Amino acid sequence: MVSVDQKSIVIKGIRDGLSVTLPGDGTWPEALAALESRLTQSPAFFKGGRVALMVGARTLTEDDMRQARDLLVRHDVTLWAIVGEAPVTRRIASGLGLDVPPPSSAWVSDPAAPPAESRIWDVAVESERELVAMPLDEWPDAGLVVRRTLRSGQSLRHPGSVAVIGDVNPGAEIIAGGNIVVWGRLRGTVHAGALGDETAVVCALDLAPTQLRIGGRITRSPDDRRRKPRPETARVRDGQIIAEPWGV
Amino acid sequence: MAAKVYTITSGKGGVGKTTTTANIGVALALLGKRVVCLDADIGLRNLDVVLGLENRIVYDVVDVIEGRCKLRQALIKDKRLPELHLLPASQKRDKSAVKSEDLIRVCEELGAEHDFVLIDSAAGIEEGFRTALAPANGVIIVTNPEVSAVRDADRVIGLVEAAEKGPAKLIVNRLKPGLVQRGDMLDTGDVLEILAVDLLGVVPEDETVLISTNRGHPAALEEKSRAGQSFRNIARRLLGEEVPFETFREAPGLLQRLGRLFQSDGRSA
Repeated sequence: MVSVDQKSIVIKGIRDGLSVTLPGDGTWPEALAALESRLTQSPAFFKGGRVALMVGARTLTEDDMRQARDLLVRHDVTLWAIVGEAPVTRRIASGLGLDVPPPSSAWVSDPAAPPAESRIWDVAVESERELVAMPLDEWPDAGLVVRRTLRSGQSLRHPGSVAVIGDVNPGAEIIAGGNIVVWGRLRGTVHAGALGDETAVVCALDLAPTQLRIGGRITRSPDDRRRKPRPETARVRDGQIIAEPWGV
Repeated sequence: MAAKVYTITSGKGGVGKTTTTANIGVALALLGKRVVCLDADIGLRNLDVVLGLENRIVYDVVDVIEGRCKLRQALIKDKRLPELHLLPASQKRDKSAVKSEDLIRVCEELGAEHDFVLIDSAAGIEEGFRTALAPANGVIIVTNPEVSAVRDADRVIGLVEAAEKGPAKLIVNRLKPGLVQRGDMLDTGDVLEILAVDLLGVVPEDETVLISTNRGHPAALEEKSRAGQSFRNIARRLLGEEVPFETFREAPGLLQRLGRLFQSDGRSA
């Protein structure tokens, strides 16, 4: 049993991956142990992702940071930045080759943030604020709205629900803890309910994903490529993923 | 006057970047513009072959960057068109020999005396592509109407947009109208539906291109070449002219024409 409540770790989807905010109380090993529990609980959600660790006012040593980085690597996650207020923390992180963006929350939702290969969206600001305030298991469908097409090679992860106004091209992927709604053509890969929720749904105006997962289930589009596109919802029924006309 | 620097790229190899670069260069020169075609595919150069200038190479772009010669000495004037020049790539070195800053400097120097610089990028999305992209103020994506080429083009467009070099323009190359009509090949609309960028031109599959490549005589020089005509139209669009997009129709074969005689309402079966 950890003395740092696992639930007080806040995870948000941001441009370039995920931000993980560790609580300010408890020792560093305790915080890392809580983080490890989160990682082992939802491996599919984190695997292959990039994380910016928000450490608040903590002063960390180089060893502390290496431990965090190694922990993430063991779960196939890349640590790319440490966001902290203490100048010594920032200096050491920078020395380890990590990014040290300024800790103001504007960085996280600022559309002018430094461009990177996986930069993706215009964020709906209201949902950002709600996410920061709520503990992990009390999230409602606090969602992320992405107002552009996702291109091949782009990847979007978010612990809540995701709505895309645009297409999701083949080669693009969305991994969401909640539902996924694509107001456009869905042709990439999606994973809804990636934190273990098999009641999540995937909706699209043209549901033609390369691969579709809900919770722990996986399926792919039928090979019938010439069908007319129409709005559909995919959900798990009797242990299988089925697609139904939208609105049923 | 600042030159327009276009990087011609694709992601996928073999879709026609080099042919496109050479032919647009020729077409622009035919319209009187001063053009440099720059081969940025270091180590696997072929822009010189397509232009038929391979036996005139004395210096290449790496020699310029490493200071062994002046830029002027490395530029090769085309044997047919005085406004067209080639800056060849190196065949001995590889892409690590040229950094982004080097290419930017070369293009700035070229920009002083030419109207257009067309950079023939290497295939892929690694360093070679990034270096070729660095000096660009416009990007032309070349793709084939074929699913894996389009997938790669989509990836590249995403990278171009992330590098803030967008919006890119698209050329759909090697279209086979017959296959499109029969539903066996993607049409331009299908491609644009995925890539969602402005169309610059459509070039049909044309065997004169292969023949002219082997001879070092770009198709854009040939009046009768359909592909050449498409490249000439592309050049005009680059200069701001509104040229309607070609609709290619395969001429019906004998059986099809006979078949039509027997249809009562003229629709194909």
